[in-house]
Amino acid sequence: MRSGNAPRYGLRVIALGYLLLLLALPFGAIVYYTFQDGVQPVLDALTDESFIAALKLTLIAVLIAVPANTIFGVACAMALVRHPPRRGTWFINSLIGLPLALSPVVVGLALILVYGQDGWFGTWLVENGIEVIFSTPGIVLATIFVTLPFVVREVIPVLREVGTDQDEAAWTLGASRFQTFFRITLPAIRWGVAYGVVLTMARALGEYGAVAVVSGRLAGKTETLTLHVDEEYLRFNEVAAYTTSLVLAALAVATLVLMNVFKPKEYKEVADVDRRPPGHQAV
Amino acid sequence: MSIAVRQVTKRFDNGFVAVDNVSLAIAGGSLTALLGPSGSGKSTLLRIIAGLETPDQGEVSILGQDVTGIAPQKREVGFVFQHYAAFKHMTVRDNVGFGLKIRKREKADIRAKVDELLELVQLSSFADRYPGQLSGGQRQRMALARALAVEPKVLLLDEPFGALDARVRKELRAWLRRLHDEVHVTTVLVTHDQEEAMDVADRVTVMNDGRVEQSGKPRDLYEHPANEFVMSFVGPVNRLGEEWIRPHDLELRLEPNGTTSEAMVQRIVHLGFEVRVELVLDDGRHVSAQVTRGEVEELELLEGQIIYVRPSRTTVFSGTAMPQGLR
Repeated sequence: MRSGNAPRYGLRVIALGYLLLLLALPFGAIVYYTFQDGVQPVLDALTDESFIAALKLTLIAVLIAVPANTIFGVACAMALVRHPPRRGTWFINSLIGLPLALSPVVVGLALILVYGQDGWFGTWLVENGIEVIFSTPGIVLATIFVTLPFVVREVIPVLREVGTDQDEAAWTLGASRFQTFFRITLPAIRWGVAYGVVLTMARALGEYGAVAVVSGRLAGKTETLTLHVDEEYLRFNEVAAYTTSLVLAALAVATLVLMNVFKPKEYKEVADVDRRPPGHQAV
Repeated sequence: MSIAVRQVTKRFDNGFVAVDNVSLAIAGGSLTALLGPSGSGKSTLLRIIAGLETPDQGEVSILGQDVTGIAPQKREVGFVFQHYAAFKHMTVRDNVGFGLKIRKREKADIRAKVDELLELVQLSSFADRYPGQLSGGQRQRMALARALAVEPKVLLLDEPFGALDARVRKELRAWLRRLHDEVHVTTVLVTHDQEEAMDVADRVTVMNDGRVEQSGKPRDLYEHPANEFVMSFVGPVNRLGEEWIRPHDLELRLEPNGTTSEAMVQRIVHLGFEVRVELVLDDGRHVSAQVTRGEVEELELLEGQIIYVRPSRTTVFSGTAMPQGLR
């Protein structure tokens, strides 16, 4: 008995210890230090103008990057799975994976080379009075760039798994391609999409490197939440830094909770059916 | 003719010719089986009729209307897939009502029609379940109701029972036959199972290598096969030289009579009423005979015993070979 249970408890201790040391403890520390001087400094930090500006900018970047990459991601996955090019699929796949492999700092620099004042489009942009680098568009572009792969990567395997039977069935029942996409394909792959969206959102909220390079770090103007944390910490405004960190964490948790709220009921019921003993199903 | 296929050819991107200059006519109200081994082109032909594949050459018409260039949405065919193609995120009711909803019928009408169909496929008590909560047989009946809901001109079934276990398959087969007698919609069923084809269909078309080998009533195919392929595909067969003999056309005797050959009983397999006797002829060739339990008891057959066999009926194809004995 003892020898049978030992590995099980051993594994649990290792897993929980690992989570405690690396996740729970540091996160708990942030919560503790945020509120060490009471609630008032936290409220002050939350109402600070530069914090509100940073929150706004982060939300703008997320609200543009997430829909853009969701639409692009689903369309790209559909094209690659349903109408694969005869050759060069590996090249497209590598290109899509590039933002995952590339250091975000390099992404930021690359954007400056193209859209910066001395960049390829620089002259044209300046002449037309459009500011990209050191401004909101640059931050949005950087966020889109680094979060591009997530939806595509999540949706491709799901689309393969789902196959084309359901779509073809819908066509023979009279549904147009448009109707079929929105009523059949999209619901069938929604878990892949949802998971991709959550990953995109998390990365968009937390992106630091690429955004840091293109932002120019003007407090209250081109500072996102992550940059704001860094800024306040360097200025010894620790409570403000911790508070902003907590807000970022809360947004991340909210994302995960939202995903569970939208979880449709048939999935839970299917799980119950699967737990019935074998041979229990009628013809 | 309800469905007419004229000189249809389909070549896939990899160069494989799935359907090779096939012409086929399917009578209204019939239940026709497309029978053939995998890769014979039967499913591709069915998908071409439905508009899910585009032929490289040839024409397809349904109820006299040329539909060759018409999208599957406009062909008014019902299609049932081997793996059900259930809309997993919809209830059984919504699955069955999908085609009617797309056609923007009144809600009350849809409900009435769906109720009627669920009754027909015996799924009334499962209307609010999701496909994931149904067995394979139930899912396929739902798929059938879904296809019938839009009152299709023809019903196309692609290996509909292929993913089900043997017992359920037989039950559904009998049920489909009864359903067809009730609904009378022209039906084409693709299968690789000759027993299934012979059991449910009025007419069977045997396909091989993208071509039609023979079309006819199940009995005609069995009794008068056009060639070796059909002969061996629609039932078990022994081949001795140029002669093809059905196992039930082998006569077993205890004594030689001049026209018989000597054989050793290698194995006796009891299949209920029927018994399969596996024999080795004196020249080493293997044949099997199909006899009744009564005959085995009468002859007191034992494994290892020497007996004498004689074909009561043989088939020789292409007329090039001389009739010959078992030797």
